[in-house]
Amino acid sequence: MPILHTVNKSPFEKSTFKSCLDHARPGDAVLLIEDGVYAATKGTAAAGLIAARNGDLALYALGADLAARGISEKSVIEGISVVDYGGFVDLVAEHDVSQAWL
Amino acid sequence: MKFGILINEGPYTHQASDSAYQFTKAALEKGHEIYRVFFYHDGVNNGTRLSVPPQDERNIQNNWTELAEQHDLDLVVCVAAAQRRGILDESEAKRAGKDADNIAPGFRISGLGQLIETGIESDRVVAFGD
Amino acid sequence: MTTQEELPGASGTKRFLYVNRRAPYGTIYALESLEVVLIGAAFDQDVSLAFFDDGVYQIVKGQDTKGIGMKNFSPTYRALGDYEVTKLYVEKEALEERGLSPDDLMDITYEDEDDDWAEKPSIRIVSRSEMTEIMAAQDVILSF
Repeated sequence: MPILHTVNKSPFEKSTFKSCLDHARPGDAVLLIEDGVYAATKGTAAAGLIAARNGDLALYALGADLAARGISEKSVIEGISVVDYGGFVDLVAEHDVSQAWL
Repeated sequence: MKFGILINEGPYTHQASDSAYQFTKAALEKGHEIYRVFFYHDGVNNGTRLSVPPQDERNIQNNWTELAEQHDLDLVVCVAAAQRRGILDESEAKRAGKDADNIAPGFRISGLGQLIETGIESDRVVAFGD
Repeated sequence: MTTQEELPGASGTKRFLYVNRRAPYGTIYALESLEVVLIGAAFDQDVSLAFFDDGVYQIVKGQDTKGIGMKNFSPTYRALGDYEVTKLYVEKEALEERGLSPDDLMDITYEDEDDDWAEKPSIRIVSRSEMTEIMAAQDVILSF
């Protein structure tokens, strides 16, 4: 039963994103929202955490939060899908349970 | 599908209430039902009608009140968390011997059982916080 | 849209997991989460608590809050058994990362009514991978 994880913290300020990845099972989905979207950018010290999962998670970032922070979709790590709030709703509906990494 | 929404932070300091608002609007637009929006921890501060944000800023409390009016949403503020933080309705104010209440239109104060009930009755619970 | 598996089981209960990832006192989340657990106990659901990340600090022994002027709410965890909340999963890796061992945790027990009221430990030390399985087996996860 895959879980939807939501992460709203910058990976540079808190260890939340790392903890989420440590507890996510292959096949789970992780949606980055609010300051969590900083983890979606290429070439950062946190990018290795995503690379280490070798694509076994479905990764998403909320487009409105990327745009608000001046992050263009071009600088989003390949393999991370950008969704709008409607997409966020769909992800919640598609997964039996959500865990918010507050 | 029936969604329950949990908001754990107050307005303005954290994005939580804004994110929850955008999510709730999107869910309603997609035809989902919002079983309840439950405000806990500092989230209860979303329910004061006494905030006066600058004119050119969003008014988070008004946003919730209007969305509740349009869609008949159940906005519930946890009583224990609200009492700690000074969010009172008329009867709570009277009971506590306070000279005013401040609950905003569209919000109601009730017990934590309403959160558990949200978990039982909703198909999905989504939490927003810090 | 609701499928059969999403409905509560035959007994009408759902599996609730309360995730505790924050330390006590510095913020109110641990205390107010515990208040939800106590109220939720009256609803006769299948309740578990998970402690990992800084959440393990909530249940360490020897908490003394006299000097900070706040109520020490740690004894409340020991009363959870009286509310029939008997499954407290604590992550081994989270303890180790913090230089803690199970001996550093409070004795939290319950009386098993199915076993002649024998006193049994409520704390179950699990690995990180077991914790992920526990999370995946829930109907509702509440984290604050």
